[in-house]
Amino acid sequence: MTSIASSSIEPRQTISPGQKLLLRIAELRAWLFLILLIIFFEVWARIAYGNSFILNGYNLQSISVFATAPLLLALGQTFVIISAGIDLSLGFVMGLASVVAAHTANYALTTLGLPPFAAMLVGILSSVVLAFVPGLVNGWLIAYLRVPPFIGTLGMYGVARGAAYLFAGGMTVAVTNDWFSAIGNNRILGVPVLVILTAIACLIMHYLLSQTRFGQHTYAMGASQVAARRAGINIRGLTMKIYLLSAIMGGVAGALYTGRFSAGAPQAGEPLLLDSIAAVVIGGASLFGGSGNIAGTIAGALVIAVIQYGLVYIDVQPFWQFIAVGAVIIVSVLVDQTQRRYLGGRQVE
Amino acid sequence: MSDHSNTGAPILAVTDASKTFGAVQALTKVSLNVFPGEVVALAGDNGAGKSTLIKAISGVYQLDEGEILLDGRKVSFSSPQEGRENGIETIYQDLALADNLSIGANIFLGREPMKLAFGFLPVIDRAKMAEAAKATMEQLDFHVTRLDAPVAAFSGGQRQAVAIGRAIFWNARLVIMDEPTAALGVPEQRKVISLIQSLKRAGKGIIFISHNLRDIFEVADRIVVFRRGENAGERKPDETSSDEIVRLMVGK
Repeated sequence: MTSIASSSIEPRQTISPGQKLLLRIAELRAWLFLILLIIFFEVWARIAYGNSFILNGYNLQSISVFATAPLLLALGQTFVIISAGIDLSLGFVMGLASVVAAHTANYALTTLGLPPFAAMLVGILSSVVLAFVPGLVNGWLIAYLRVPPFIGTLGMYGVARGAAYLFAGGMTVAVTNDWFSAIGNNRILGVPVLVILTAIACLIMHYLLSQTRFGQHTYAMGASQVAARRAGINIRGLTMKIYLLSAIMGGVAGALYTGRFSAGAPQAGEPLLLDSIAAVVIGGASLFGGSGNIAGTIAGALVIAVIQYGLVYIDVQPFWQFIAVGAVIIVSVLVDQTQRRYLGGRQVE
Repeated sequence: MSDHSNTGAPILAVTDASKTFGAVQALTKVSLNVFPGEVVALAGDNGAGKSTLIKAISGVYQLDEGEILLDGRKVSFSSPQEGRENGIETIYQDLALADNLSIGANIFLGREPMKLAFGFLPVIDRAKMAEAAKATMEQLDFHVTRLDAPVAAFSGGQRQAVAIGRAIFWNARLVIMDEPTAALGVPEQRKVISLIQSLKRAGKGIIFISHNLRDIFEVADRIVVFRRGENAGERKPDETSSDEIVRLMVGK
């Protein structure tokens, strides 16, 4: 058989086992960062305090609770970034949702006279439903009016921020509801409820991203919007869904914040927006779109949480956190670019 | 109309197609037939109407006048999806593939097969996609060794094979190839030409657009020349020359 077309489909560059190993390491860089950080703090804690950093229930719990809010935002942001977009409004959508959850839970308890559990559900549901508004408007601006995601969601950042402060009357809104506070602070079999809920959210998002057409089309759109459209994918509908999902995660994060602190705060998610983007990027996604996954994002969020908690734990001035997280982001992007040079794109599961 | 070697009804019959964009008359009473197992090359200068015609056939544009018969049935597609559902696949020069997805995922893009996990949870059936990718690519004489690799890892010609594989897998009746070799190096162009020959053997109707007259002469059964949105002539490759085709294209 010597047909002209006859050939084996092999990757065009032959990759040596060594390079293959490097690529594998690059794929899993977030987990590698995480392990290195844990080793660093472990060694420090042993030398300085004579005890373990990681084999310490209190530390583990603190880090995992600490990671929940940025991780919830990062889960939505993962879809947005894979689609080659960005959602800058997410932090204040969370703040707005937090205020709305506080107000509606209070209203349901005192004015409507609902029992605390029902009032809490009203609070959580309203914050999630409210998140539909910024989510759908973001999606509409980007999908139908062709506003670049950076600009559209930056506009929504301002709108959500203003709305959150107006709803809150410029202050935090206290909530007195034992059920709500239990969601944010109690434990089941020693595991914080917040961590359990976030883990469930991770599983659902992993399923959506890796096992459904919605997830598959998000990857395709991020790699080439033209290719996705030519394949018959409804890009507008998909864009709406992606930004809606992102805002819903902002709504969930806002409601859980209200539970954790027994108060709704407009600025609840302000410092978390950049953390959410950082978690996704450290987790192996490219800001150019088309790559990333939920496991990476989880690792990215844990890296940030370990840095932030660990530096406080070893009594370093808290401002070092920003420098450390910033450095990890830069290293991560450099690894991504180097890897791209080796292999034109990245593989998804 | 010159006679053709194929007997039977054409897969595609376009009659008196006209299309204007504002003041611009893009197509004027253009006609085109494509028979099973036939490669029809469209030749013409830029703005001759080749692109407008294939977009009208695939469903991107709708004609102002004239009719399109697909397997003898009058059709007017409102979108490329509808055209695709009716067996018209278009292959582009710039490789309409998602580089980050596997061959199978690209063949199935937008039409992914689903299965139930644990008896209730719908998930994408990746095993089925990989299997179909392997079988389809083997039909094209490409032997895939890494079914999970993203198509970015393959060369331009191999990726064009994936696009052609998509047309084969979905059992397209008519394959429109818009400059399929333009983005490729010479050896890769050869491969695509031989892929077109396999499509032909499979009995598909093929519309082939190229600026490369050598490719046209090698692969086409008929050459239909357009000039300023009108039919300017039709020749068989073995009864004409490049010079004559160029004369028809420029109208001298």
